[in-house]
Amino acid sequence: MIWGRVIDVFRRRRLDTELESQLTYHLDALEAEARARGLSPDDARAAARRAMGGLTQVQDAYRDQLRIPVIDALWQDGRYALRAMRHNLTFTVVVVLTLALGIGANAAVFSVVNSVLLKPLSYPRPEELVALRQIAPGAQGLASSADGLVLSPSMYLTYAENNRAFESLGVWVATSSTVTGVGEPEQVRIIGVTDGFLPALAVPAAAGRWFVAGDAGGPRPPSVIRQWPTVMLSYGYWQRRFGGDRSVIGRTVIVDSIPREIVGVMPQGFRIVTAEADLLFLLAFDRGRATLAGFNYQGVARLKPGTTIAQANADMARMVPIWMASWSDGPGTDSRAYETWNIAPALRPLKQEIVGSVTDVLWVVMATIGLVMLIACANVANLLLVRAEVRQKELSLRAALGASRGRIVWSLLVESVLLGLMGGALGVGLAYAGLRVLLAIGPANLPRLNEISLDARTLGFTVVLSLLSSVLFGLIPALKYTGPRISAALGSIGRTASVSRERHHVRSVLVVVQVAIALVLLVSAGLMIRTFQSIRTVEPGFTEPDRLQMMRIFFSGSVVPGAERVTRMQNDIQDKLASIPGVTSAAFGSQMPMEGFGLNLGVLNFGPVLTEDRPDPSGTPPMRSFKYASPGFFRTAGTRLVAGREMTWTEVHGLRPIVMISESLARELWGTPAAAIGKHLRHLPDVPWHEVIGVVQDVRENGVYQSAPPTVYWPSISAYVSPSAVRPNAIRQVTFIVRSERAGTEGFLNQVRQAVWSVNSSLPVSPRTMREVYDRSLAPTSFTLVMLAIAASMALLLGVVGIYGVISYAVSQRRREIGIRAALGAQQGELKRMFVRHGLALAGVGVAIGLGAAAGLTRLMSTLLYGITPLDPLTYAVVPVILVIATVLASYLPARRAVAVDPVEALGSE
Amino acid sequence: MVLRTLATMGPQHGLGLAKRILQVSESLLDLNQGTLYPALLRLEQRRWIKSRWGVSDNNRKAKFYELTARGRRQIREETENWELTVALMAKFLAKPAGER
Repeated sequence: MIWGRVIDVFRRRRLDTELESQLTYHLDALEAEARARGLSPDDARAAARRAMGGLTQVQDAYRDQLRIPVIDALWQDGRYALRAMRHNLTFTVVVVLTLALGIGANAAVFSVVNSVLLKPLSYPRPEELVALRQIAPGAQGLASSADGLVLSPSMYLTYAENNRAFESLGVWVATSSTVTGVGEPEQVRIIGVTDGFLPALAVPAAAGRWFVAGDAGGPRPPSVIRQWPTVMLSYGYWQRRFGGDRSVIGRTVIVDSIPREIVGVMPQGFRIVTAEADLLFLLAFDRGRATLAGFNYQGVARLKPGTTIAQANADMARMVPIWMASWSDGPGTDSRAYETWNIAPALRPLKQEIVGSVTDVLWVVMATIGLVMLIACANVANLLLVRAEVRQKELSLRAALGASRGRIVWSLLVESVLLGLMGGALGVGLAYAGLRVLLAIGPANLPRLNEISLDARTLGFTVVLSLLSSVLFGLIPALKYTGPRISAALGSIGRTASVSRERHHVRSVLVVVQVAIALVLLVSAGLMIRTFQSIRTVEPGFTEPDRLQMMRIFFSGSVVPGAERVTRMQNDIQDKLASIPGVTSAAFGSQMPMEGFGLNLGVLNFGPVLTEDRPDPSGTPPMRSFKYASPGFFRTAGTRLVAGREMTWTEVHGLRPIVMISESLARELWGTPAAAIGKHLRHLPDVPWHEVIGVVQDVRENGVYQSAPPTVYWPSISAYVSPSAVRPNAIRQVTFIVRSERAGTEGFLNQVRQAVWSVNSSLPVSPRTMREVYDRSLAPTSFTLVMLAIAASMALLLGVVGIYGVISYAVSQRRREIGIRAALGAQQGELKRMFVRHGLALAGVGVAIGLGAAAGLTRLMSTLLYGITPLDPLTYAVVPVILVIATVLASYLPARRAVAVDPVEALGSE
Repeated sequence: MVLRTLATMGPQHGLGLAKRILQVSESLLDLNQGTLYPALLRLEQRRWIKSRWGVSDNNRKAKFYELTARGRRQIREETENWELTVALMAKFLAKPAGER
């Protein structure tokens, strides 16, 4: 019934005319009847009218039935409010803009939070997916970083064959390969997945099929990974390289010089956990070559329905001893070494694995932006209070004419809600623009970036936020200025008496709240700036990343057979690169710090270190990080040589048993870097002793936040440092580095490519600068810093505007008082100080409250800080000073106007 | 009453309804015929009747009203109610008559 009425309200006009025509028809008919009975036309008309009754009454009754009082009132209030807004355009624009800014920022951040943190992953039944994480607290920051320990091939085989908790389970590893045969050789991102991996994610192929176990090829010594005669394409690569042609299934591509059959294409938007790839290959392990070590593979599993993570953890824990008992690291090694690692499963939901690192950041940013919204609301409430004061006469008049208090509050609220909705609408536009900017920048550390959009939930959030905030800022003035004493105001309108303290109370409280919140935000931003500063003082182990050109090159066995030839070719390329004009030096290594390639395939990435002069008493020496470096690597990278010297090419080609070590390892083993020179070490009992010829400064391999692992640097070719250790083995996946002023420029990149191709034209070159890598590792901090800085400056601005508004209003209300004071001989300076003191008093209370709140709240962001405590004294000292200075400025400006008051005019104006 | 009339006569326009009601009540009900229209609107808003424009006997445009399923249900309920009321009233009224 109510619906019928509501709908009719909107077709009121039409129904009205329809009624009219019905009535005319009815009348005409009655009249005709009367005429037929023999009445004269006039009498007939009169008779018809009598029978019908009063037409106006009928119409009135009809119209009443077409009306709903509430909607009518709403409509009336809405039009009234719009008129009032037009009347005071500046006010409206300021309020709507303030709200739009606040709501827009909130909507934008919420849509990021929603897309990244709240929406489920885009895999089928995502809640069953877990990341196979383990912790190894005993591994001394070696294989275990903050992310925990990943799997080795033997672990994967053990878990895949013995588990009871998983429906399917797989591991993956990201690397790069070369596609040749079409145009320039291209370096592509390729991900190896085991046969259980795609079934675990359960995303069907867009064309063709998944890998099956039967796709695995023969063994490929010395690698633990078997041949892979088949590949799958990503959607993007399929479109880019093959134009989305469906007939590619069954065709071959040449990857790493071997033709491989394309068996399938994955759908658009498919991502492997956090990574994107151009190609997929089937990762199958050579059981005979699998060792305990080789922690190189990330695992994903789908839980059996109904299985909890705790049950799955227990299942994994059961399998760890099976793994240790079933495999070894080869003759002469001791499997018990891993017992000291205390490996324990720590499965986590796949979603947490993907978004984990930014969860804290995003919530902190969301909270920050929410606080900015509160400040914006306080500001708008303040403006409305001022306006309500001005409109007091009008409100009193309405009350006097019989409007109930509820009706007036209601109409003021309608006005606020209209303002709120206008702000919200504009805010959505701002949010949309903001998101476009964000996507264009594409913060490197933000996962699921491609999924971010303004969806229905975000729009709903925005509407609710607009309504809530309108009620919040609208209710304060509405209740304050419609109190029982409202009629009393009628008499005193126009008086500019000193305003009582009580009248100021609400506004002062609002300003205090604003200042307090602004202080909290400024402190947070200050802490991030300090964090950034302390990160900048960390020596990462390389210098001037802008001038460091890097490129990753893979010397595949089919292009360059034989370890000695690989090394010779690498030496040639290094020389060619060094001879490019403007190049200071060039070199290569297994990888640069923070490059994030995980571990290097085909060589040992860590192992125990035995020393000749100090045998380890426990018999199970801890594992150390193993890296590989060419002569000149440290000079080129800018890693400081602490003692000794770098290797020479003569030594490398002669396969001399020499190593370099990091400063922390030297100090741990021999006390000082200098003492380490000339000492001997090895990693297996049956290989010759290697002489330590140099010690270099510690390098933050895993990012500036994580401490530098103790590292051994081996020559790029060695007869001993490979998993099989039978013949000379050269590292085939290397990062070349070139130091030059011209790094990153197009002309320089061309010269670099030519230099590489002059040695071998089938090598792919994919360059980047160390700056990109370094910035990426700083990205979480810089992202948070930028967001907090934006929020804090908005807060500061709004807070200052709030103080300015209150003081300048106080000045205008107290003109009469100022006039009297001036007439009685008050000095100008004294008058100014009076108002500045007022502002300072407000700010002082706000700062005091804010400091308390900040001390509590900033603890929540301690995971984002580095090198300082959440109670960093400098930040807590400087921020209040900034706020106080801003306050003085904000109250001094209106105070100056007070002084300009002419006493005669002020007193005579009544 | 209006519903009842519509139920027996099928779709009708305002004039026809007024005439019919006058007829049935044998002019006992001397209402202004105009009051019919607000009542029709109320019934329509309650979804008991629906209306559409049509052409009358004398070829003029007129709005025809007809019952909806909901309206029929309403008649049934109202009739039952009324009969119950009548029965009740009859009992009460019969008693004093018997005493007298």
